[in-house]
Amino acid sequence: MIIKILGSGCKRCEKLHKKVTEVVISNKIYAEIIKVDDIKEIAKYGILMTPGLVINEKLVYSINVPSEKDILKYIKQNS
Amino acid sequence: MWFVTGLIVIWFLIYFNLERLAVVIYNITGLSSVKDGYARSIEFFIYEVPKVLLLLTIIVFVMGIIRTYFSPEKTRALLEKKSLFLGNILASVLGIFTPFCSCSAVPLFIGFVEAGIPLGVTLSFLIAAPMINEVAVILLFGLFGWKTAVIYVSTGLVIAIISGYIIGKLRLERYVEPWVYEIKSNRKGTGEDKINLQDRIDSGYTAVKDIVGKVWIYIIIGVGVGSFAHGYVPEDFMAGIMGKSNWWAVPLSVLIGIPLYSNAAGIIPIVQVLLEKGASLGTALAFMMAVIGLSLPEAIILKKVLKLPMIFIFFGIVGVGIILTGYIFNLIY
Repeated sequence: MIIKILGSGCKRCEKLHKKVTEVVISNKIYAEIIKVDDIKEIAKYGILMTPGLVINEKLVYSINVPSEKDILKYIKQNS
Repeated sequence: MWFVTGLIVIWFLIYFNLERLAVVIYNITGLSSVKDGYARSIEFFIYEVPKVLLLLTIIVFVMGIIRTYFSPEKTRALLEKKSLFLGNILASVLGIFTPFCSCSAVPLFIGFVEAGIPLGVTLSFLIAAPMINEVAVILLFGLFGWKTAVIYVSTGLVIAIISGYIIGKLRLERYVEPWVYEIKSNRKGTGEDKINLQDRIDSGYTAVKDIVGKVWIYIIIGVGVGSFAHGYVPEDFMAGIMGKSNWWAVPLSVLIGIPLYSNAAGIIPIVQVLLEKGASLGTALAFMMAVIGLSLPEAIILKKVLKLPMIFIFFGIVGVGIILTGYIFNLIY
């Protein structure tokens, strides 16, 4: 599974990246986490506010940083 | 739910008894026997800091909840197919309520343009959103009274509406990087999760944690600096430089304010000292608007989607709008 974190240089983007990494590691999920900071790439996902969480090319969450529980839920729903 | 209600009741109890609490602290600590500038400063400080922090907490909480009703996606949908002037008004007002962070200015810009929202309307939003933010408004309300807060919000709106309208009329689309128009995004978005009341309240808590957690230190420093000035610096210290009689004070404040970048909480203490010491209201507000509404980092971020002449026109028009506002307020007050 490929998880992408969309966002360049905002604090919440860093936070989301960290949280997702933690969730993936602690739940032993087999996934590749990619941080996307090129604005042209980000814009393709139709996101209006960063950060965005993309799982297997689907934008599942944006604007805020979801809780660990929700991140896990999104990963399970979209894997 | 009961928990929130309880917190709000406690909030009201503390807020409306602050003056009494301050007097109690003042007497216990023996400060009432000291009668010089130092004591006056402390007196101001122990009342103002909790007052402003309490106000900030409740408003940020309420705004956090309100913002869950105004996602950027909804705002975009509302702005689609709106005529120019009406669109500018709506965009500016929505700029106040839609969650926004300057780090998202570019994706938002692209998303709006892609949806066919006119350039001028998009820019009205991008002018209003950072300039009219709740932290600025609350601090103005808490420290200078509701009139100053209302003036700030309404002039901010007028500047955003008119600047966006003029930019729209100038037909500057050629100064937008061409790749912006070529992006074909998947506009489905996240397909909005169902969000219940508890989620909204949680958003309120998160907003308080994020915003109040970040700005409290500026407020303490700010009010501290303000109280120091209150007790020590002579009354008309700034009057000569930033008073009404100096016609060049307004444009100069705006020119100094643009490259400076600060969040609203960081700039308020400076504004407070300026006003306290004889700077005129128009000049001080113009300075504040220039600092938080226009900034070099924002220009650099926008440079990714806008060509340089467009950035100059954008900053020029908004800058002129702020200067005019400054003059108007100096005339009225």
